[in-house]
Amino acid sequence: MSFLLFADSMSPPLPSRRTALVLSGAAIALLAGRDALAQGDAGKPEDLQILNTALGAEHEAVAAYQVGAESGLLQKPVLDLAVKFQGHHKQHIEVLAKTVEKLGGRAAGPKAKYAFPVAQLKTQADVLGFAAKLEQGAVSAYLGAVPLFANRDLAKAAASILGDEAMHWAILRQALGQDPVPAAFVS
Amino acid sequence: MIAAALAIVALASTTAANGPLKGDPRRGEEIYARCGACHALETNRTGPRHCGLFGRRAGTEPGFAYSEAMKRSGIVWYERTLDRFLANPMGTVPGTAMGYAGIDDAQERADLIAYLRANQKCPK
Repeated sequence: MSFLLFADSMSPPLPSRRTALVLSGAAIALLAGRDALAQGDAGKPEDLQILNTALGAEHEAVAAYQVGAESGLLQKPVLDLAVKFQGHHKQHIEVLAKTVEKLGGRAAGPKAKYAFPVAQLKTQADVLGFAAKLEQGAVSAYLGAVPLFANRDLAKAAASILGDEAMHWAILRQALGQDPVPAAFVS
Repeated sequence: MIAAALAIVALASTTAANGPLKGDPRRGEEIYARCGACHALETNRTGPRHCGLFGRRAGTEPGFAYSEAMKRSGIVWYERTLDRFLANPMGTVPGTAMGYAGIDDAQERADLIAYLRANQKCPK
């Protein structure tokens, strides 16, 4: 089956601006830790560090998808899918940054420059493979962060982002003709 | 079930106590994929690059902004120091930016370290 056909059938309409805002608000409520933070249960200083490291990786993911989108190698509807995933990472950034600030920290911003292996990206499959590796790494990174949070609301929110990254990874693997769900567990 | 789990933990502890395990770089490459959100072999990303790692003092890779904790750690990266750090990054270097719980399995750490050892040449 052609991936383009697959992507066409799998790609739902992009959310409207209003839907995105509603989802964003719900996510912020989730990640902000609501009652726990209001009660001063802001976790430990390490929580801030973990959030900021995640924020740095999310900024890098947005930049990577931008490279893919501007490469001229992605064709519709694959391009739409990449932009959609990039939009998710932007929402993660919005939520993570607000949470860092709510906890009294300074949110990490994007780097001025990223070093991506652009010379190795020659086909659509190369771009998808590159994105899949980033998403796989993101799944592992969040999995490694979840048990470290002192604030359990933050752990719950990180697990929510992990689920989103795992969906990205699975769809990208499917697009590449690989088993989308290669194992019963992620690591 | 619980007894079996405890036996596995005991076995892992015994293995670790007997010294470094022999790593398989091919399996290590698969494990290295877990690091892909933040690290690459040849370029600094959210985390520092890994080529040229062995023998390098922690926190000294040019062009990368390390945490103060890593710069002050005094660690020099070899098999044994990597094994300890990878088992528990935040416990080994409190204040490190690497917010990751670590790799519990000693064999997986050995495989990962073997992969890193096999990919030490940095591009010119």
